[in-house]
Amino acid sequence: MTETLILGAVAYAPKVVTIWEGFKAHFAGRGLAFDYLLYSNYERQVEAQFDGTIHLAWNSPLAWLRAERMAKARGLPVDAVAMRDTDRDLTSLIVVRADAGIETLDGLRGKTVGFGAVDSPQATLIPLEHLARQGLLAGRDFSARRFDVLGGKHGDHIGGERDAALALLRGEIDAACLIDGNHLAFTADGTLTPGATRILAQTGAYDHCNFTASPGAPAGLVGRFVELLLAMSWDDPAVRPLLELEGLKQWLPGRSSGYGLLEAAVDRQGFYAPDGRILAADYRY
Amino acid sequence: MDASSPPTIDIEALGFDRGAHLLVKRALSRIPPGATLRVLSCAPGFQAHLAAWCRAQGHRLAEASGMRADIVRGGYQAGRWQGAERCGKADPREPEAVAERAESRWGLAARGATVESGGPEWHFPLDCKAEVWAEEAAELYRQALAAQWDPETAVDWNARFELPDTVEDAVVQVMTYLVENENAALLIPARFLGRLHPHYREIMQLLAIQVADEARHIEVFTRRARLKRREPALSTAGGQSSLKTLFDAPDFSIASFLLSVLGEGTFVNLLRFLHAHAPDPVTGQIARLVARDEARHVAFGMAHLLHRLRREPELRSRLANAVELRYDSLAATAGLNEEVYDALVLLAAGAWSPAAIALGFEAVQALQREMAEGRRLRLQKLGFEEDQARRLAHLHTRNFM
Repeated sequence: MTETLILGAVAYAPKVVTIWEGFKAHFAGRGLAFDYLLYSNYERQVEAQFDGTIHLAWNSPLAWLRAERMAKARGLPVDAVAMRDTDRDLTSLIVVRADAGIETLDGLRGKTVGFGAVDSPQATLIPLEHLARQGLLAGRDFSARRFDVLGGKHGDHIGGERDAALALLRGEIDAACLIDGNHLAFTADGTLTPGATRILAQTGAYDHCNFTASPGAPAGLVGRFVELLLAMSWDDPAVRPLLELEGLKQWLPGRSSGYGLLEAAVDRQGFYAPDGRILAADYRY
Repeated sequence: MDASSPPTIDIEALGFDRGAHLLVKRALSRIPPGATLRVLSCAPGFQAHLAAWCRAQGHRLAEASGMRADIVRGGYQAGRWQGAERCGKADPREPEAVAERAESRWGLAARGATVESGGPEWHFPLDCKAEVWAEEAAELYRQALAAQWDPETAVDWNARFELPDTVEDAVVQVMTYLVENENAALLIPARFLGRLHPHYREIMQLLAIQVADEARHIEVFTRRARLKRREPALSTAGGQSSLKTLFDAPDFSIASFLLSVLGEGTFVNLLRFLHAHAPDPVTGQIARLVARDEARHVAFGMAHLLHRLRREPELRSRLANAVELRYDSLAATAGLNEEVYDALVLLAAGAWSPAAIALGFEAVQALQREMAEGRRLRLQKLGFEEDQARRLAHLHTRNFM
């Protein structure tokens, strides 16, 4: 009997079903038996990578770090096998109202900074790390207000960032943290008025999601999966809708070199222990 | 600028939150994929937004420092349009403007548009030009638009008149019959409209206007029926059976033949009769306005059938069969209801004296001869031999429609 490659994915939005049903049909048409399991949060998904339930996980950057830590603690390998072109070299922005008179990060002292969900790499963990490196600690130098939408989804849901941007416009907070592309998207969709906000700081670059192969996953099937993925061409009208849903032009081989900033954030903020245990006390998922 | 500098644009202080991507996109379209574009800017936050935009668009940000960034053009801009196809041409008079078969993948695209491949599969059963087309459709549509009238102002609903009860009853009975027929004349094209490929734009528009015409006719006939009475009058099983045979015709051309060429053509005679014998000004005005619209519907039916018969002469025998079948299926019904017939006689008579009734009866018989003669002429115009045209024209007599 042909073994089926099982992928785990987090259902952060209804479109997730459309995406993976599309991929399932695409792979089936090319002779790869593929199926997927949906999880309501990344924590359970990563744990499932260690009990044999799933061979692969479409992981957030934070989930990748946890998988890596859990694997290391068990003396097992995990591998980032593929990622989107749009997963590489992202940055987050700290924005203020254009007329706020805040010109440097030091100007945030005594102010309120808005963040995304507690587990959002781009809108919470990495911006907090960036501020800490500039000598600004939440609770001591500024107060942090979290826009905690859909815990466990690792910031995949855009709602937290949007809520923070709106609170910034209303003057409820003095700065808001969001991923660079969302700052642009919020202007395009009318959430933000052009020119109403100013970029105060930009974090270093980091990578986003990847397909993480579970320890002991069937190498042949995973290899075939990656091969088919990398062969998907945006120029192919049969495939393009799937790529557009996932927001990419091209799949790239995975790399694990882009997670240093998030790793430092996770350690400094005590989100996960070195063995992958969840430490964040007020994390509900 | 030194000789090795790449093509450069200066977006000055225009931010990506104010449309800077338009300038960058245009500049990138002028260099080949893989080539580098230098972007200069003094807009605050320009680097962060440019990077995010490039990432989403599949371009690579090669180098960025200060007010300068180098972008390597990705190969994706054109990708969407690979395999795209132009679906005909907008002007139907140009060669190959209207496809013989409209592809389902063209969907709702404007005729002449370039259609991206990979779109949804549509299902439009009427996707062959021969089955629906008429060269005159665009012109008939234009005429129909110009001839639209507003029932509120085109008819003098406040005109003062009093009719004897029996005459008013006759008018209400005729109006009731007309509404029934116009319901059929609205729903039949509406059903085909929903199956028609929008590539045949002129046909779609013309059918839509026809449907709107019929909606207006239903309104005015209903209003006239209710001008002095609360409710319309009688509807017979035979009358509805007759209309149902039109309603059930599965083929666009056959339905068009039965409804427009034979039915509405005959209807024009009836409306002219009503105009001539109207006992009150409202009925007269309505009959005149509606007859004008119906004549256009007949013109489209004729134009379509002539177009199709030129390519497919064997369709003529199917049309003849349809008339015979319809006649046979109605042979056992009463045909035109007695009340309508008698109402027409009374309207033409204008009074109850035996002499007046005799004249009215003669007028309705003349109308029937006129209707049959009109049908014969249209059938001959469609290429039927004179004898066959005469025979078929006479078969179509059980209901005026």
